[in-house]
Amino acid sequence: MLLDWFAGIGRNGINATMTLGRAGIMLFNALWSLPNIRKNTPLLIKQLFVVGVQSLAIIIVSGLFIGMVLGLQGYTILVGYGAENSLGPMVALSLLRELGPVVTALLFAGRAGSALTAEIGLMKATEQLSSMELMAVDPLRRVIAPRFWAGVLSMPLLALMFSAVGILGGHLVGVEWLGVDSGSYWSVMQAAVDLKDDVMNGFIKSVAFAFVVTWIAIFRGYDCIPTSEGISKATTQTVVHASLAVLGLDFVLTALMFGE
Amino acid sequence: MSAESIVELKDVTFKRGERTIYDQISLDIPRGKVVAVMGPSGIGKTTLLRLIAGQIKPDLGDIYFDGEVINKMGRNKLYEARKKMSMLFQSGALFTEMSVFDNIAFPIREHCKLPDDIIRSMVLMKLNSVGLRGAADLMPTELSGGMARRAALARAIALDPALIMYDEPFAGQDPISMGVLIRLIRELNDSLGLTSIVVSHDVSEVMSIADYAYIMANQKIIGQGTPQQLLKSDSPLIHQFMSGEADGPVPFHYTAEPIEEQMQEVFC
Amino acid sequence: MNNRKIEVLVGFFIAAGIAAFLFLALSVANSGGFSNGDSYRLSAKFDNIGGLKVRSPVKVGGVVVGRVAEIKLDTNSFMAEVVMDISVDYKDFPETSSISILTAGLLGEQYLGLEPGFMMEGIETLKPGDYIQDTKSALVLEELIGQFLFSQGGED
Ligand SMILES: Nc1ncnc2c1ncn2[C@@H]1O[C@H](COP(=O)(O)OP(=O)(O)OP(=O)(O)O)[C@@H](O)[C@H]1O
Ligand SMILES: [Mg+2]
Repeated sequence: MLLDWFAGIGRNGINATMTLGRAGIMLFNALWSLPNIRKNTPLLIKQLFVVGVQSLAIIIVSGLFIGMVLGLQGYTILVGYGAENSLGPMVALSLLRELGPVVTALLFAGRAGSALTAEIGLMKATEQLSSMELMAVDPLRRVIAPRFWAGVLSMPLLALMFSAVGILGGHLVGVEWLGVDSGSYWSVMQAAVDLKDDVMNGFIKSVAFAFVVTWIAIFRGYDCIPTSEGISKATTQTVVHASLAVLGLDFVLTALMFGE
Repeated sequence: MSAESIVELKDVTFKRGERTIYDQISLDIPRGKVVAVMGPSGIGKTTLLRLIAGQIKPDLGDIYFDGEVINKMGRNKLYEARKKMSMLFQSGALFTEMSVFDNIAFPIREHCKLPDDIIRSMVLMKLNSVGLRGAADLMPTELSGGMARRAALARAIALDPALIMYDEPFAGQDPISMGVLIRLIRELNDSLGLTSIVVSHDVSEVMSIADYAYIMANQKIIGQGTPQQLLKSDSPLIHQFMSGEADGPVPFHYTAEPIEEQMQEVFC
Repeated sequence: MNNRKIEVLVGFFIAAGIAAFLFLALSVANSGGFSNGDSYRLSAKFDNIGGLKVRSPVKVGGVVVGRVAEIKLDTNSFMAEVVMDISVDYKDFPETSSISILTAGLLGEQYLGLEPGFMMEGIETLKPGDYIQDTKSALVLEELIGQFLFSQGGED
């Protein structure tokens, strides 16, 4: 009984370690060589389009709504203390430090991550990756690497846009509708928000999330069992694992950056 | 290893988990010839092609390609060697994200720096030879199974490799395109001085173009020779395969316990 | 979709990202001026700093001139030592200046109020690293109430 339990832990531990090892090897093989600028730039641009531009709408809309909700909630809470002038920093700091990077990463995992997994998984299942290999073209460099870089590049940009739009959304609700003074919204915000501590730390967070989410998405596709069931499982795993990884990593990073 | 063979397997053993697919087989693919590989479904013919391409490694034994051991090559050498071979996959494996034209242009663009109009004429020539020049702008999803196979064939010959491996090139072809394909394989082989390995179940078709043939079953090579030799062979194994009899030394069934025992479990 | 269009859209995407960053850096954040090289340090010792925190503002007549950089306890005198980063735009405060810990509103954040002293011949200005001698500690509500009760008791 107890022994079984330990055996279970051991098995899972070994599996997890081996998976991590395979994921590491995949990433290393995909990225270790110097990219060929002439050939890889068009591939990267194509993927930036698929991964970044096509996620733009959902990010902008979500950012706007979250900012508006923050404005509304923040106002109702702060006005009770006569502190509605602090609405600006409240909205800006929540977005820059937490919601911008985290919500963007979660949306990105659902929108672009799952699509990456499914696409790569299907390419594997239909032997497209194999046939590329036989044409002496390394699929890790031709298929995996541009998708990875596109994810790592676009997610921080998306997180910045998310925060910016959210702050404008908070302004819309707080200032335009609820009548907080526009001057104090911006000036109190400016006094409280620090470029290095808040904007840059949030940006660093989103780079870390981008790395992890894209890595998981790509690896899940590359490592999937090449059947329709395997692909659907891999897609689910991408969303679940990426979301959990983002939330866990967020705690660690927050503790490192903002905890004293 | 003789200079005339482009591929040579020496005592190769390959296992999938517990199951042995190949048990110490050796074979030669002579340069410039069309070699047929036949055998029952699931016996490991596709596996053989993947072994030659270095995608999987044998458990024992060595595989020589063009004088070098392919299963001991480092990554870069392996990719160099693969530039000299190409493979037509059983499923076609066209890239679904690009048009037929771009699919065939893909290996050319990857490996040669050529101006666009030369690439264009090369691609159209290849497409013409498989009768799909008119389908250049279609997407792979818009092709039928047989058309996809032919488009994949055009891609496989795009760079005029030294060795082409065809995995079931005739499956899903109507008699006309089948005839064209058979002639195409033979003509490519002779005019460009290639070597072809053709995996197929269509015994009579493949025998009509093959210079040499291997028949595999039961983890072994059970027969080899020129088509004439095989047809005249008095081995019961070969005879069963060539004439397509269900019962004989080559089992039709995947290894299993006797059916009576398994059914008993159900009925009791 | 053709390549040209994709390139344009990707270019737009990257530009939008950079624009968002500039917006956040310029309109939302104070550009961190005080934490960079263009500031100098002054220190002051207080009996009690109340709720003052690192990054609390230092104001002169309501204008933010700097921020609290560091708070520590001076183990010789057992007084709280506050180190401030003051922007180089604001310098040459006389050494008679006084500094006090003030509260914005009844329950608001605490900040440092710097009150420049008289400018007279023979009175030096504060140099980087100097201590402001004249300090007033934070008002602590409990102490205030205690003092009030005590003085009430004294009158009876
Ligand atoms: N990825 C795999 N994992 C485990 N076993 C496999 C895998 N691929 C193939 N096999 C096993 O290897 C054996 C040989 O497969 P292979 O695809 O080479 O057969 P084949 O001779 O090409 O058959 P067919 O004529 O039907 O294409 C099969 O019996 C199959 O069970
Ligand atoms: Mg097969």
